[in-house]
Amino acid sequence: MTDTLAPIQDRPAAPARAEPRVALVGNPNCGKTALFNALTGARQKVANYAGVTVERKEGQVSTPAGQRAHVLDLPGTYSLRARSPDEEVTRDVVMGKFRGEAAPDVIVAVADATNLRLALRLLLELKQVGRPVVLALNMYDIAQRQGLRIDLDRLSQELGMPVVTTVATRRRGLDDLLAQVDRLSVDGLRSDDQWHAPSAAELRAAHREAERIMKVCVRPPERPDTWTGRLDGVLLHPVWGTLILFAILFLMFQAVFTWARPVMELIDGGFKSAGELVNHTLPDGMLRSLLADGVIAGVGSILVFLPQILILFFFIILLEDFGYMARAAFLMDRMMGVAGLHGRAFIPLLSSFACAIPGIMATRVIDNKRDRITTILVAPLMTCSARIPVYTLIISAFIPPKVVWGVVNLQGLVMFGLYAAGIASALIVAAVVRRLFWRSAVEPFLMELPAYKAPDLRNVAQNVLMRGQIFLRRAGTVILSMMILIWFLSSVPGAPAGATGPAIDYSFAGMIGHAIEPILRPIGFNWQMGVALIPGMAAREVAVGALGTVYAVAGGEAATGTLASTLAGHWSLATALAFLAWYVFAPQCASTLAVVKRETNSWRWPVVMFCYMLAAAYLAAFVTYHAAAALGGG
Amino acid sequence: MARDAHLPQSGAELRRLNELRRGDRGVVARVGVDDHEAHGVSAEELERRLLEMGFVEGARLAVLFEGLIRRDPMAVRVDDLRVALRRREAQAVVVALDDDSRSRGR
Ligand SMILES: Nc1nc2c(ncn2[C@@H]2O[C@H](COP(=O)(O)OP(=O)(O)OP(=O)(O)O)[C@@H](O)[C@H]2O)c(=O)[nH]1
Ligand SMILES: [Mg+2]
Repeated sequence: MTDTLAPIQDRPAAPARAEPRVALVGNPNCGKTALFNALTGARQKVANYAGVTVERKEGQVSTPAGQRAHVLDLPGTYSLRARSPDEEVTRDVVMGKFRGEAAPDVIVAVADATNLRLALRLLLELKQVGRPVVLALNMYDIAQRQGLRIDLDRLSQELGMPVVTTVATRRRGLDDLLAQVDRLSVDGLRSDDQWHAPSAAELRAAHREAERIMKVCVRPPERPDTWTGRLDGVLLHPVWGTLILFAILFLMFQAVFTWARPVMELIDGGFKSAGELVNHTLPDGMLRSLLADGVIAGVGSILVFLPQILILFFFIILLEDFGYMARAAFLMDRMMGVAGLHGRAFIPLLSSFACAIPGIMATRVIDNKRDRITTILVAPLMTCSARIPVYTLIISAFIPPKVVWGVVNLQGLVMFGLYAAGIASALIVAAVVRRLFWRSAVEPFLMELPAYKAPDLRNVAQNVLMRGQIFLRRAGTVILSMMILIWFLSSVPGAPAGATGPAIDYSFAGMIGHAIEPILRPIGFNWQMGVALIPGMAAREVAVGALGTVYAVAGGEAATGTLASTLAGHWSLATALAFLAWYVFAPQCASTLAVVKRETNSWRWPVVMFCYMLAAAYLAAFVTYHAAAALGGG
Repeated sequence: MARDAHLPQSGAELRRLNELRRGDRGVVARVGVDDHEAHGVSAEELERRLLEMGFVEGARLAVLFEGLIRRDPMAVRVDDLRVALRRREAQAVVVALDDDSRSRGR
């Protein structure tokens, strides 16, 4: 360990230097973010596939010496050459080129102890940067379970750096690690940055060196993991694997529909009695209308969907933790390839089922700019969780809860169909974009298939709860304020004396709705739907709340039934189906467009996205409406 | 015919990875493409990417799984790592087959 040779004579007891900055660097999926969370108490996303973290995140920790240190979590990488935007972040931070930020004082090289070879190769590259490095052998619990023997002293000698073992998920080994960080931040040797992008020959030489170190320091596991191979035998089977993938997706949407039902009814009942309470206790007037029609009918109609959102996230997080995502990407790769999508586009697209925003950010793992933009353009077509309220509302109003083929819930089936429509349209649009704009060859696709891990139930529960919190916060802020605005527009100005129609016809909302009605009539929409579509731009769920408010205001005392039954009374089946078709495409989410602007650094792509989605939504609704009407659904 | 199956033999059968079938094993004998093919990146770049993922001369390699359509993509084990790749890229890897894998598949 060469770095203990630094001069120590007149170092003050409590060094008065700036708080050290510590960067976590390593291969994808080796547990950097888990370690970051353990150190700083943050709750960044941890999951069992490569490419989870795509940004630089900062947190703080106090070291045993009482020093405060800044910890940086970085995207994983196999080399410092940085071939994709996420890897560029890592390279720039390590080399001190990130937005004028100085290079980190200490680098913590994180490695998956059960998978050392590539980690050692990266480490040799990392040493050339000339910063003090400590190696954290993470996942040491798994290494021990497998009976893997690593000679730590020898490894430290060979590498010329301290080595500690950690179990990030159990918070083990953190003190040792921090003690080394303390030490290195004071007397670690620093030299000039001598890194250059390695040539193929240099890579081979580094591999030989890594192999030599492996030979002297690591004895192969006595009990290697055989589960992963056995499970893959089924889950990656060309036929069974594909069937299982579809079965899992199908089960997921059935569950979203059927399991959530009882709780949703409970919540719905709660809001209904709250509305009745307000109606009975408050005197008739603006305040009562605001509370009953705006807040309770509006926000309540969205909060009902909390159970469904939680169930969806429960499934997604479980699959992510288990290690299934990379397998799904493997199985779907060929289909993606036909559409001209890059293999690495699959996980971003799958994340878009939750929300297009993290999905679009996750496209940073795609190296080629064109591949990346194609993926970004189609990501919002994947059915995000904000569409669930819209879909569920319409489905429960118009599709009978019948059981078909013995076990399948018809409503769940329609839901599945809508998801399938989203996927199919994403593939079609991607193929069209490729044919029209760029026909270049698809970039090489190399993806690590991580070992399966039993999901940590605490982690799953924590993440599901966090998604619930995010949903509730949105409901309490964006959605609540939009609802109040909509209520205001639907109630003001009041009807003139001697008016014959309902009061809402004379309100601002009524005027706006009637003004755009001519545009919407060809696709079977009425003016109330027009009122719902515009605020839906802020967030898709708002459309549901807006319908709740508009019909509540219009209905007055008579509005006793649920929103679904109100809609069933007012809309034809063709209109309802057209509304669903509209929502498969509708570009109604301002924050998605903002993220596209940020990620592509130009207004061009958000504009393209908005226009093509709007056109597609109109066209799809038009075709659906007329087809359904012709078949007798008008 | 009995030979040590764990070392690449000078007389071992050399095959491109994209021609291999599930169950085939061997040792990586060469990485890189000499002909300029449509890979979206230069031959040198493809070679470096493969090297960075552990496809390096001497690495143990086994074909684990194949996709449904045209057996594409393929999942292989390179030393301790499981990696998925498309057959187009697999072309750049030449494998010295173990004896028991010889002349299997087709
Ligand atoms: N058993 C065990 N699992 C761990 C440990 N550290 C991390 N994991 C798991 O390993 C997986 C990857 O962890 P992450 O922290 O997301 O890995 P990462 O290095 O940040 O990955 P990227 O952001 O994709 O580069 C997750 O499933 C973690 O739960 C550990 O010490 N022991
Ligand atoms: Mg991470």
